[in-house]
Amino acid sequence: MIITTSKPFEEVLKELEGEQKVFIVGCGSCATTCETGGEPQVAEMKAKLEAEGKTVTGTVVYEEVCHELNTKRKFRENKEAVEAAEGFLVMCCGAGVQSVREATDKPVHPACNTMFLGNIVRHGHFVEKCSLCGDCVLEDFGAICPVTRCHKGILNGPCGGTDEGKCETDKEKDCGWTLIYNQLEKMGKLDRFRRIYGLKNWQANMKPGRVIFERKGGGE
Amino acid sequence: MTVLIKEHAKPSIQEILEAGKFLVTGEIGPPKGTDLEEMIEHINLLKDKVHAMNITDNQSSVMRYPSLGTAILIKELGGEPTLQVTCRDRNRLAIEADLLFAYTRGIRSVLCLTGDSIPVGDHKDAKGVFDLESVQLLQLIRNLEEGRDSGGNELKGGVKFFKGAIVTPEAVPIEPQMIKFEKKIEAGAQFFQTQAVYDMDNFKRFMERARKINDKVYICCGLVLLTSPGQIKYMNNNVPGVFVPENLAREMEDAPKEERLNTGIRIMARQIRQLIDEKICDGVHIMAIGKEDVVPRILEEAGVDITKM
Ligand code: SF4
Ligand code: SF4
Repeated sequence: MIITTSKPFEEVLKELEGEQKVFIVGCGSCATTCETGGEPQVAEMKAKLEAEGKTVTGTVVYEEVCHELNTKRKFRENKEAVEAAEGFLVMCCGAGVQSVREATDKPVHPACNTMFLGNIVRHGHFVEKCSLCGDCVLEDFGAICPVTRCHKGILNGPCGGTDEGKCETDKEKDCGWTLIYNQLEKMGKLDRFRRIYGLKNWQANMKPGRVIFERKGGGE
Repeated sequence: MTVLIKEHAKPSIQEILEAGKFLVTGEIGPPKGTDLEEMIEHINLLKDKVHAMNITDNQSSVMRYPSLGTAILIKELGGEPTLQVTCRDRNRLAIEADLLFAYTRGIRSVLCLTGDSIPVGDHKDAKGVFDLESVQLLQLIRNLEEGRDSGGNELKGGVKFFKGAIVTPEAVPIEPQMIKFEKKIEAGAQFFQTQAVYDMDNFKRFMERARKINDKVYICCGLVLLTSPGQIKYMNNNVPGVFVPENLAREMEDAPKEERLNTGIRIMARQIRQLIDEKICDGVHIMAIGKEDVVPRILEEAGVDITKM
């Protein structure tokens, strides 16, 4: 799931400066779980903008704003309100914001900061465990990602800053390398830790990433 | 015209260690800015008192005059530099290019570090590079020595360095640290400088462990000058893998304010003497952190004169 946080309302207002009529897009998927762009947050945003004297021409919340065809369809379904709007406020991740960009040439504004691909630990508590490197090395590290869970993303063991299982950057954060060590030890696989890991291919997912699957089936 | 420096004012630390001598090294922390006067003073003060000087590389993620530039300066002033290279600020291309340059300017010893994280420093919004880390850096240098860059391309003229790394004897937990120590040796480390050590009994135990893993690699004990009870408290609470034992903390507390620096000097001199007399390790690396001017006094009090060793 893509983890987002809400931008301060003042920042959102600044983005919308000079636009009187606004259409709000929320996302029924990740941003609903993060409570940054679900139905309640969209309603709240609408009320706050109206209190600031803006006109909200319409709102829509649907699954996967990042789905570009879907977004275009939703815009057609809300044609009138969309056409009346001078700008769009998108309450979800940056992918969703840019999906809206594909559907209109009018100003499009992000209402959230997009943080990371996150795991849900429990309600409202998210942590990053994979940073989408394109060349997954989990197999060698007891299924704990050194690229992500070590602040430096290093591959041959803890740095000198590790201390009693915590990271030098933040005493509240686990040292990823201590987690990996403990896991491999538990599994009797410390030989994996002993092995020197060579330079990583950081271009496995050359930005901007693109994957096109060949269509399967449908004859020869 | 040949630009490759082959004449050296001083023996290399490799030559000192291989001759079986106790290695004494110091450290230079470059300034923030271009006023090099004080640093040059320190270099001149130390260059004949220690075998070599490490130059820190944007230490603690604080931007400073570069380690490479300072290493060359030390060379020009007739001293012997050990170039510290971290992986925080440069990717593999930049590091390789710097190493080619360093070699042509007569730099013979390189200490390979991963580098502190960005948030601990003074450019907190910067992007940390960490394209590689200490073990891979050692490997990368070995590849350069074999005439290849890390892209697998052949070099026209290679490098040769005495390669060093860091180990933290008091790391908690110690096991991953010892495995990494072993990996660094496998990757090409020929000498080690330790993180600051204060408890000599602990250090002796570490040395036993390290010698069991490898009894050929050179290990130099890192010592940081103690200067006040506040500094001791700070290090105990904030510097990973550094522990100042009770008795030393008390010795500092009991000293009157004007005697603190002298107390720190006395403590370090005593430790250096012990390292030498009990043949605990192969050398000492003195980190005076801003008080480089007292290093000659420390050595004098320890009865160490490198010209007579
Ligand atoms: S190795 Fe790469 S793909 Fe695998 S979990 Fe880590 S970041 Fe994600
Ligand atoms: S303390 Fe651990 S998690 Fe933090 S940077 Fe060092 S090795 Fe990585």
